[in-house]
Amino acid sequence: MSNDSGARTGVTRRQVLATSAATAFVAAASSKASALTFTQLPEWSPFAHNPPPTAPPGDHWQFFTADEAATIEAIVDRLIPADDLSIGGKEAGCAVFIDRQLQGFFGTFARLYMEPPFGKGTPAQGDQSPLVPQQRYRFGLAELEQYCQSEHQASFKELNGDQQDQILSALEQGEIHFEKYPSADFFALVLQNTKEGFFADPVYGGNKDMVSWKMIGFPGARYDYRDYVEKHNQTLDLEPLSIGGGTHWNHQG
Amino acid sequence: MATKLPATDVVVVGLGWAGSILAHELAEEGLNVIGFERGPWRDTAQDFNIASAPDELRYSARQELMLRTRQNTVTMRNNTSQTALPMREWGSFHPGNGTGGAGNHWAGITYRYDPSTFRLKSHLIERYGQQAYNDSNLTLQDWGTDWDEMEPHYAKFEAIAGTSGKAGNIKGEIQEGGNPFEGPRSGEYPNPPLKQPYGPTLFAKTAAEMGYKPYYVPSSLVSRAYTNPLGVTMGPCTYCGFCTNYGCANYSKASAITTILPALIRKPNFIAKTNSEVHRVTLDGSGKRATGVIYTDASGRTWEQPAELVIVAAFILENVRLMLLSGVGTPYDPRTGKGTTGRNYCYQTANNAQLFFKDKNFNPFIGGGAVGMGIDELNNDNFDHSGLGFFGGGSTRVTPIGAAPIGNTPVPPGTPKWGGQWKRAVKEHYLGNMSVGCEASSYAQQGNYLSLDPTYKDPHGYPLLRMTFDFPDNDMRMAQYVTDKIGEIGERMGADQVVKTPRTRPWNNLSYQSSHMTGGFLMGSDPSTSSVNKHLQTWGIPNLFVVGASAAPQNPGFNPTGTVGALAYKAADAIRRLYLKNPGEMIG
Ligand SMILES: Cc1cc2nc3c(=O)[nH]c(=O)nc-3n(C[C@H](O)[C@H](O)[C@H](O)COP(=O)(O)OP(=O)(O)OC[C@H]3O[C@@H](n4cnc5c(N)ncnc54)[C@H](O)[C@@H]3O)c2cc1C
Ligand code: SF4
Repeated sequence: MSNDSGARTGVTRRQVLATSAATAFVAAASSKASALTFTQLPEWSPFAHNPPPTAPPGDHWQFFTADEAATIEAIVDRLIPADDLSIGGKEAGCAVFIDRQLQGFFGTFARLYMEPPFGKGTPAQGDQSPLVPQQRYRFGLAELEQYCQSEHQASFKELNGDQQDQILSALEQGEIHFEKYPSADFFALVLQNTKEGFFADPVYGGNKDMVSWKMIGFPGARYDYRDYVEKHNQTLDLEPLSIGGGTHWNHQG
Repeated sequence: MATKLPATDVVVVGLGWAGSILAHELAEEGLNVIGFERGPWRDTAQDFNIASAPDELRYSARQELMLRTRQNTVTMRNNTSQTALPMREWGSFHPGNGTGGAGNHWAGITYRYDPSTFRLKSHLIERYGQQAYNDSNLTLQDWGTDWDEMEPHYAKFEAIAGTSGKAGNIKGEIQEGGNPFEGPRSGEYPNPPLKQPYGPTLFAKTAAEMGYKPYYVPSSLVSRAYTNPLGVTMGPCTYCGFCTNYGCANYSKASAITTILPALIRKPNFIAKTNSEVHRVTLDGSGKRATGVIYTDASGRTWEQPAELVIVAAFILENVRLMLLSGVGTPYDPRTGKGTTGRNYCYQTANNAQLFFKDKNFNPFIGGGAVGMGIDELNNDNFDHSGLGFFGGGSTRVTPIGAAPIGNTPVPPGTPKWGGQWKRAVKEHYLGNMSVGCEASSYAQQGNYLSLDPTYKDPHGYPLLRMTFDFPDNDMRMAQYVTDKIGEIGERMGADQVVKTPRTRPWNNLSYQSSHMTGGFLMGSDPSTSSVNKHLQTWGIPNLFVVGASAAPQNPGFNPTGTVGALAYKAADAIRRLYLKNPGEMIG
């Protein structure tokens, strides 16, 4: 995830392209990251305020405990089940995606206004919870585990698919009572993040091999449709491209 | 305590569209200009690189380019009986931050308002009578200017932005293929229209068969390589579909950073101070003269920058907040309808019809924020409102902005939200759906206004802006009417399913509607009901100009930025032509 302090090593394809794009357009005046007063032509410093994302490193979980991760993997695999259309949410990397998001600025709502008082408000006033996503997940998963243990004497991940679906539906409807963070809100957050993981660029850890893009026919990070815009009502069958490259660039042989 | 800096000629607060225009025009005049921008310096090569720009999670879902609410947000409520709460995450609208402002991630639709808009109240009373106007319960006002005064400034803004389109009315002659409801233009658009994908093409064909007059949506995503009058070159739009909420990597989308700042930053008499947030405008003891601004820089130090001329161009929300914080004008009182600062806050009434086709492929990922076709028969007072029970209307358009899949995989109502059935529906409908939008007017009523929040503060301890707003009855009736009409067009286009979504109350922060907020520091000819005169000069403080959509007394069924740009050129022209020769109030 592109976080504000993201340390980066080596020169990536993006940086190389960034440099050549810069030389092609000398007209663009720019700045040195540290200088805040600009006169005349400032120096150019790529991605000074926020570097682009890099693929999440490593196999280990960054935010979730092993148990939490197993539960989330089971959930995302029911929200996006494997079938003839695509692999399931787990194999697509949705849980990895959520883990990395929670470890980044999203997990702490670092960019959001989180000053008290936290009034209840009307539905129109939107999310007013004082809890940040890291807490919402931690509390929600713990209460889900408690519920499954007391109702089924088993972990969510040990239940069969039908049982899991029933529980998820009950969460969605707010029919299971959670103390710390409402179950319906917890479900909505997990669903939103799961879909983000399924559809976002694979550099964030989900959407393995651009599986969702291939499924629906979205060509991804292509940037030029001038030759296609007037091809009306035609199937274009464009191979999708990620900001990390194409499938064939990332596999050897 | 603020440390006082050496004085300068001009300070400009905000380096988005309006501020960059004013800063450039006044620097041209030879004045020493300092531009303050609360966000970072942004430019295309550095921030919107082609290899990282098309990233839906980063730019759209996580709102990378928007002002972070932690730095500043607004509080909201629907009426005065409720307690306003902060927008902790942007939902309804998406304010910008950094040079270019919201103009970096805007959609680029560049309208001129129609002539009747500038004298709306007078026009409606003339056409429908005083009684019908009174019955509407609206608090409309005239602008104190007119089409003839605005036209040259619209033309200037379009030339800077490279606006692409087809004129509908040149010097009174209606032009085939353009929007016949346009006011008379002095000339053609600077660039020809963009190419059109299938969705807008099918819409335009059907609308024409139904007797409407389809036109190319005027677009500041340029259709070809273009060098503007400042010598800044833009590249042709590639219909990349990562446009609204994103920066453009092709130098195709007009923004201050692609059209003005590259020329302005080279001027030795201009300085940009970024990551520098202005807190208020200082006034002298008489309250009749602005003396400069107080701001905090990135290191957290607070300074006073004295200046002869103060221009506030910080987007509608911050324009109004800065005026309230600086004690400029009388705060508006919703009980009495008296007071000017915060008055006539309006929004946009966004309506939609989603169309699902079984047998069509729109390739919805091809497009851009302003790529599309529209009709104007349902807008403003372009149709007879006698007996309808409402005034106003909207511009009806099909503008495929792109269809990155986190936010653009609609499924028919009743589909489960997850699981195998949901996934099947997503796949089935992705390529075959499109939507018809109607961006409709928002008219003022007494209870809608802007003020300072009594509870919530920004990180510097200054009160947040509080928004008290809900859609008037008038606008709700209008929304039903226009949405039924666009639904009819959808049916005629042959959609298998038409899902009509007229805007409904209460106004909420749950989903994006538009960033077209207006009012709060109105333009007019009467100081008891307006804040600035027709030159955007503050009544009673002649060296303070407040420029932006804050000046609009109510919002027509059009996007605002063509008019924001024109107002900025109008103010600059008055300062250059009149004010500098005789620094005082310029009434005439
Ligand atoms: C997603 C989106 C799509 C849009 N699409 C369209 C469209 O298609 N057509 C259209 O007409 N309009 C559209 N708009 C609206 C358009 O972006 C605005 O109307 C336009 O940018 C307004 O120009 P401005 O100069 O008033 O404000 P901005 O361009 O936002 O510039 C204001 C600047 O002031 C700075 N600032 C604010 N407060 C302070 C302070 N206290 N101190 C220092 N600096 C400050 C801000 O950071 C910002 O850079 C869209 C907006 C959004 C967000
Ligand atoms: S659609 Fe055109 S203007 Fe918009 S971002 Fe893409 S190339 Fe730029």
